[in-house]
Amino acid sequence: MSAPGRIAEQFARLADEGRCGLVTFVTAGDPDRATSLAIVRGLAASGADVIELGIPFSDPMADGPAIQASSSRALAAGATMATTFAIARDFRAEDSRTPVVLMGYSNPVYAFGLDAFVAEARDAGVDGLIVVDLPPEEADPLAVAARTAGLDVIFLVAPTTGEDRMARVLENAGGFAYAVSITGITGTKRASTDAVARAVARVRKHTSLPVAVGFGIKTPAQAATIAGVADAAVVGSAIVERIAGHLDAHGRAGDDLVPAVLGFVGELATAVRAPARPPTGASARKWSASR
Amino acid sequence: MEQLNTYRAGPDEKGHFGEFGGRYVAETLMPLVLEVERAYAEASADPAFARENDHYLTHYAGRPSPLYPAERLTAHLGGPKIYFKRKDLNHTGAHKINNCIGQALLARRMGKRRIIAETGAGQHGVATATVCALFDIPCTIYMGAVDIERQAPNVTRMKMLGAEVRPVEVGSATLKDAMNEALRDWVANVDTTFYVIGSVAGPHPYPMMVRDFQACIGLEVRNQIWAAESRLPDVLVACVGGGSNAIGLFHPFLDEASVRMVGVEAAGRGIDTPEHAATLSRGRPGVLHGSRSYLLQDADGQILEAHSVSAGLDYPGVGPEHSWLKDAGRVEYVAVTDDEALEAFHLCTRLEGIIPALETAHALAQTRKLAATLSPGDLVVVSLSGRGDKDLENVSRLAAAEEDA
Repeated sequence: MSAPGRIAEQFARLADEGRCGLVTFVTAGDPDRATSLAIVRGLAASGADVIELGIPFSDPMADGPAIQASSSRALAAGATMATTFAIARDFRAEDSRTPVVLMGYSNPVYAFGLDAFVAEARDAGVDGLIVVDLPPEEADPLAVAARTAGLDVIFLVAPTTGEDRMARVLENAGGFAYAVSITGITGTKRASTDAVARAVARVRKHTSLPVAVGFGIKTPAQAATIAGVADAAVVGSAIVERIAGHLDAHGRAGDDLVPAVLGFVGELATAVRAPARPPTGASARKWSASR
Repeated sequence: MEQLNTYRAGPDEKGHFGEFGGRYVAETLMPLVLEVERAYAEASADPAFARENDHYLTHYAGRPSPLYPAERLTAHLGGPKIYFKRKDLNHTGAHKINNCIGQALLARRMGKRRIIAETGAGQHGVATATVCALFDIPCTIYMGAVDIERQAPNVTRMKMLGAEVRPVEVGSATLKDAMNEALRDWVANVDTTFYVIGSVAGPHPYPMMVRDFQACIGLEVRNQIWAAESRLPDVLVACVGGGSNAIGLFHPFLDEASVRMVGVEAAGRGIDTPEHAATLSRGRPGVLHGSRSYLLQDADGQILEAHSVSAGLDYPGVGPEHSWLKDAGRVEYVAVTDDEALEAFHLCTRLEGIIPALETAHALAQTRKLAATLSPGDLVVVSLSGRGDKDLENVSRLAAAEEDA
């Protein structure tokens, strides 16, 4: 058996601290490579516990307008898969502890080549992969390659995922289970706390992995609510909207962009550390590093 | 290339045609896609569904459409005998209605209360809006802003039929972006909404289901050519964007080794320029809109914008079964340019009194080229996939620009 990865270790630490984690999403290379790297470098110090790095794609079908625009900005600034790996590698050179998860769509991954992709990702210090349009039915080739390279493949569980399908979705899952809180694309609707609590409880019946909740969390207050029921809250669209909000008329990063983004991440981090209500029932379970 | 016993067995139970096809969608959609698959399997085993579908195809869409011997074109080209399969005479002026009737009946059977669709040239949007008017189902059509501009008459038709037309401004603002938006809508409205995909693209079961709904084209041609000539045709020619009219014509003939099949893509300004839509001629396999197929993409896996004078062929992907048929060597895929298609458009209009759609004009342009290589005894069936009324403004504008140049 290989040693527990950074993702398992991080969730074990969170359990020891008795708190919910914060997973932050930004697109690699948005709005440009240097600014993107500066943001990623600052995320952990601002309180992010897991870093999701989006692989830019021309046709992000599962994403709402904020992340679509983020992907377009990165591509317009010349981002390629090499940019994504470079940002991960530079981050890893400075931070050996915070897990990095790449999140993207099948085509850029296949275009790079599965084996080359997982090898390069591992060398860049990446810990996990989320490929949004790769359901378990099509995921075997990637799952096998990733496991060989020691990378966790993280699967999404949706409100539409029935009980009969849950085991199938989670059987090859690693890292954490990603519970999609809304029926929709990223950054659009907002889920009720009760619905999120039910969704998390449903996922826990089928896996011992930590459960992160995402897709509809836009404010520190919402993140605090999620912290009461899940092991981690994922925030993406609201962060990349902060990037969009601090561009000049030519679409270039203003001086205040990085501090504004990291300041917002800091607010989210504070919020998840002070949940709106104490963890209850199954959600208060502890994770051990030996798991 | 190994000769297979049958080319008609696909897809397998996971929706794969060899390495192509499949279901590459987000988990939120996956249960829905499986639900459509189950519902379609039940419906296709139910004689009542087939009877209902046949009823509307016959009495509403006007099937079977004629197989017309194009006498003047045959004489003009001086080679093989050319037949037109007159899908332009179907209700709404193209083959698209066949698929829309089938999918709308399925949506109704599944209890879905709302229909969405994407459209490029507007033919599929019009057909969907038409069937939704008939069955009294609210419908929303996603259409790229660029396509709305160049296919204005169809936008008017959709609106008159009661559809909401939502312009898509992102990306290249054409068919692929309309399909992205339709998929996003579907993810957000899974309980109520059925997505009527217009071509043999998308996740399984769509490529199979749309093919089955279009296979009436080839089945009719079989009967009609036997009645007229007492033999099978030698060559079938059809244009390929997503590829639904081509697969509908080809599929019933795939196991007839004597029948040569030619799929015609849009070469735009030329396949050696960046501005074309020749996915099978110039693309590489990849994943877009739910299935693995040939795609126009850059080295980094970003989808490229396609170009064609014809909005219906302006798509950087192609149905997965066509990718498989290409690699299996069963169907030849070629590409003709905007200029060649426009010439064929005018030729057909003047010689036969039939104004073809610009998509169809690509198949006609290739027929011209083929005619020079075939003999007078040969029989060619060209898929007259749609009528050109929607393109008149666009063609006039191009002709005027030509004169100015």
